[in-house]
Amino acid sequence: MIKELHNKIQNGEVTAVQLAEQYLGMIEQKDGPEGLNAFLTVTREEALAAAAAVDAKVTNGEEIDLLAGIPYGVKDAICTKGVRTTSASKILDNYIAPYDATVIEKLNAVGAVSLGKTNMDEFAMGASTENSAYGRTKHPLDPARVPGGSSGGSAAAVAAGEVVWALGSDTGGSIRQPAAFCGCVGLKPTYGRVSRHGLIAMASSLDQIGPLTQTVEDAAIVLSRISGQDPLDATSAHSSGKPYEHYLTGDVTGKKIGVLPQEMYKNLDPRIAEHITRAAEVLQEQGAVLQEIELPHLRYALSVYYIIMPSEVSSNMARFDGIRYGMTADDGADNAPGEGIHERYQDTRRIFLGEEVKRRVMLGTYGLSAGYYDQYYNKAQKVRRLIHQDFAAAFKKVDTILMPTTPEVAFKAGAKTDDPLTMYLSDIFTVAINLAGVPALSLPVGTVQEDGVALPVGGQLIGKWFDEEGLLNIADVLERSCAETH
Amino acid sequence: MAELTQEEVRHIAFLARIGVSDEDVARYQKDLSSVLAYFEELNTVDTDGVEPIGHITGMTNVLREDVAHDADEDTKKRIMDNVPQTRDGYIQVKSIF
Repeated sequence: MIKELHNKIQNGEVTAVQLAEQYLGMIEQKDGPEGLNAFLTVTREEALAAAAAVDAKVTNGEEIDLLAGIPYGVKDAICTKGVRTTSASKILDNYIAPYDATVIEKLNAVGAVSLGKTNMDEFAMGASTENSAYGRTKHPLDPARVPGGSSGGSAAAVAAGEVVWALGSDTGGSIRQPAAFCGCVGLKPTYGRVSRHGLIAMASSLDQIGPLTQTVEDAAIVLSRISGQDPLDATSAHSSGKPYEHYLTGDVTGKKIGVLPQEMYKNLDPRIAEHITRAAEVLQEQGAVLQEIELPHLRYALSVYYIIMPSEVSSNMARFDGIRYGMTADDGADNAPGEGIHERYQDTRRIFLGEEVKRRVMLGTYGLSAGYYDQYYNKAQKVRRLIHQDFAAAFKKVDTILMPTTPEVAFKAGAKTDDPLTMYLSDIFTVAINLAGVPALSLPVGTVQEDGVALPVGGQLIGKWFDEEGLLNIADVLERSCAETH
Repeated sequence: MAELTQEEVRHIAFLARIGVSDEDVARYQKDLSSVLAYFEELNTVDTDGVEPIGHITGMTNVLREDVAHDADEDTKKRIMDNVPQTRDGYIQVKSIF
């Protein structure tokens, strides 16, 4: 998709400005609070200026980058200089980011054209985009359903053709799960592959930025341009520099694909299990070898995740104090009796933070508090090591692991909002990947019928640490083979 | 484990600097207790002799020189424009005593 559009821009068949206008027109037609609500901020003028700069280069006969002039969307958790950046929270309602995230600097440098900021669960906490303080995003195929989350705006915008691709962030599945629900490709890179500088932090040992795209090749193209070591993120890792799209050979002969024993699928929609089994067979027909693997501690991943993540959340959310930026609960009275700084903090956070954010801050504060640290956080970090060891052992035997992305297809809005625990269970297949730090990708492997709508099913491929090359190559073959069989 | 008490919930809210009403306390008591009960399955995992994990990709200390860099005036302005209350170019806070 990106290559095709790139060729058209480079050959002068279409200008970048025309392309930007075309996609902005789609946003105008489909989006807005009454529509999809995938975008929180549309940056029309900035987009057209960036596109015009690309066109000037083409007119000059210069070679442009594959992403130059290609319209994309940015999850609102990522800082964009001079542009409102809310992370879908009321506490950042008036926040204008003073700097660009490293990924945005990199994308600006190659001439990519951002059309604006996409909707999400507040501070990326949720699995349905219903926790946005600015209204939920709707599923492009059925407005009564959710697009997944937390990068639901990015996934819906890509699926609805409002942008060619979008940036998301993934802490426990927030790129892969909405990609699965909306029928796009979503890649969570290895922890450290992409700089987190300028990503509004949720849980720092788990967060990673990645692309949501229409094809695996597009994901490879974007990853090549956003990855690499960054002095502003000490956890970021060196990469070879060879573009990932060059590793798509179309050949998976002899590659070993790890599959889970059938009993792991007992709480899964059987129609999804069928599609995953079929995807494994498709890879086998292409010359790959299937091998059953054990991940004995996978079943504890959800508990471990829901201890570690809120602990880090409670620490990261401490910065929202109503003093340095964002909204503040100021009554105007200077040091009225009984009104000290504690009251200011408490009022600001009570009024401007959403329910799910407060719930996680409370949970994390409890788990880290004196007397409970060993029982919760320390225990969770020990089991996290066991999960890490499970993956290390599995990857001695196989090149990639195939499993579902989600236990069910896109659910109806409101179906899980009453009980936080049922919403958390949506993350069952995705959180272990962030705990282990490995890269994983969701891609469409089929559909199931619900209320007369063919809803997408996501297959998840998991790779070795820093082996996005191998992961993308196998995913590319699976994508092409699935397209042939449908 | 037993349900959290209302006093515990209020104490956590104070540590987290989140203002709570009586209704909030009752709701957190219920929500947090059910999630904490779910965590009990971890007690069945044998972690004797297992070290808590540190950095997930095995990276060790990353060092840099400790040098301050001045920001340009535009950047300073963009940062200060986000501050809710300023006085004479400083960030203003409530009295802490």
